[in-house]
Amino acid sequence: MGVMLSVKNLDVFYGSIHAIKNISFDVQEGEIVTLIGANGAGKTTTLHSISGLVKPKNGEINFMGNDLRTTEPHKIIRLGLAQVPEGRRIFAKMTVLENLEMGAYIRNDGDKIEDDFEKLFERLPRLKERRKQIAGTLSGGEQQMLAIGRALMCNPKMLLLDEPSMGLSPLLVGEIFNIIQDVNKSGVTVLLVEQNAKKALEIANHAYVLETGTIAMEGDADELANDEKVRKAYLGG
Amino acid sequence: MDFFSQIINGLGIGSIYALVALGYSMVYGIVQLINFAHGDIIMVGAYVVFVIIVMMGLPLWLAVLGSIIFCGIAGVLIERIAYHRLLVRDAPRISLLITAIGVSIFLQNLFQLLFGSDAKSMPRMFSFSPLQLGGLQITSSTVLNILVSVIMMAGLQLMVSKMKIGKAMRATSEDAGAAKLMGINTNTTIAFTFGIGSALASAGAVLYCNTYPQIKPIMGGLLGLKAFVAAVLGGIGSIPGAMLGGYLLGVAESLTNAYISSNLTDAVVFGILIIVLLVKPAGLLGKNTREKV
Repeated sequence: MGVMLSVKNLDVFYGSIHAIKNISFDVQEGEIVTLIGANGAGKTTTLHSISGLVKPKNGEINFMGNDLRTTEPHKIIRLGLAQVPEGRRIFAKMTVLENLEMGAYIRNDGDKIEDDFEKLFERLPRLKERRKQIAGTLSGGEQQMLAIGRALMCNPKMLLLDEPSMGLSPLLVGEIFNIIQDVNKSGVTVLLVEQNAKKALEIANHAYVLETGTIAMEGDADELANDEKVRKAYLGG
Repeated sequence: MDFFSQIINGLGIGSIYALVALGYSMVYGIVQLINFAHGDIIMVGAYVVFVIIVMMGLPLWLAVLGSIIFCGIAGVLIERIAYHRLLVRDAPRISLLITAIGVSIFLQNLFQLLFGSDAKSMPRMFSFSPLQLGGLQITSSTVLNILVSVIMMAGLQLMVSKMKIGKAMRATSEDAGAAKLMGINTNTTIAFTFGIGSALASAGAVLYCNTYPQIKPIMGGLLGLKAFVAAVLGGIGSIPGAMLGGYLLGVAESLTNAYISSNLTDAVVFGILIIVLLVKPAGLLGKNTREKV
């Protein structure tokens, strides 16, 4: 056990707008860590800084000894850091199976990929039924499962999830969060960015609360779930 | 019978349009750029054939291979030198379009400087006896055009649907950001697409020289424009669409030449484009996919 991902004194600007103001946080190996906060608090910007899609002005981002700020975006996944982006961003014109193949793009071990497809289909049987279907025709929940499955196909050490509950019915949110917990139990560290604070705090070990680009609070997820301020602001009293 | 032979002739010239249209379509699919320099790649390919066969006196197979390789590399270089920085910085598409026109003018003038602006005649390249099919006589160049285009397009379709690089191309064309997250080097994928498109255009160039044995530095202009019309007609971004568009255009041209007037050929071609776009703006095989929430 130890720190897997560490973000130190991160500053991100969009033009003259200071979107992320000197934030620092750590993700411990094996845990589920969540970043919660309202719309526009800077959650996605933080994730995009980690994945290299946004260039931070200052700060350090370190994943298992690698400086992510100098790593090209397409090489980050090779370090074992996979992402489920906001809005799922599956390849809608490709089939379910092809989407999963794209998830395994960096791998060259053909036979093992086949085994991993089978394992994934055991975990997400609905994808198996629909593996020949064009991904754009799946329901929202199935697309989210596909996005998670696609990220898992590279056998990551850590998974970043950006708003996996967005646009889903409460029933499906429950299902997706069960999958996330299940993935974590199989040994994958999780950084979960969520607007649905209640659900996120239920499954997380540790949590950070983002407010207008700064970390307003941090602590054990259970403690934060019982904190008066958090309850008022994010859990509806 | 004459009608059928006109159709076959049309398919022959349409095959060349189709091969060139594929390059427009693939590049548009991946970076949403109408690469107006693509037509001039045909001209470059034709001159490479001319240099190798006529000026150097080397064998035909070397000319074909040399032309395809040269154009493939030229396509990658054009992407790297002219478009890459604009793409990386997410420049407005209009800047890319103007750059493409610039590259086109540059290539035309460069070749005028190198070879002069007068037309050069090409020797007969592939000659075998015409094919007899019932009462139809089909010229060897028509047979060759149709055969080569069908094989190349089948190969391309196979690559795009089955091979890893082909799937990476599709993923990049749909969502370059998500493709990067998967570990796909989108820059390499885009350069590869330009290379393949240009190589196909040079195959088109070889067939064109074999059909109309005369080349000049501005030959790519109208040919490129017609291939572009073919790509839009079929649905830009779609490989089968580019094929269909190319064949339809060739047949329309050939029938107009035979039954209406050769002076009206281009008017008919562009007229068809306008009508199809009015009725089906995405082109014949183009799809408007809707996003699901």
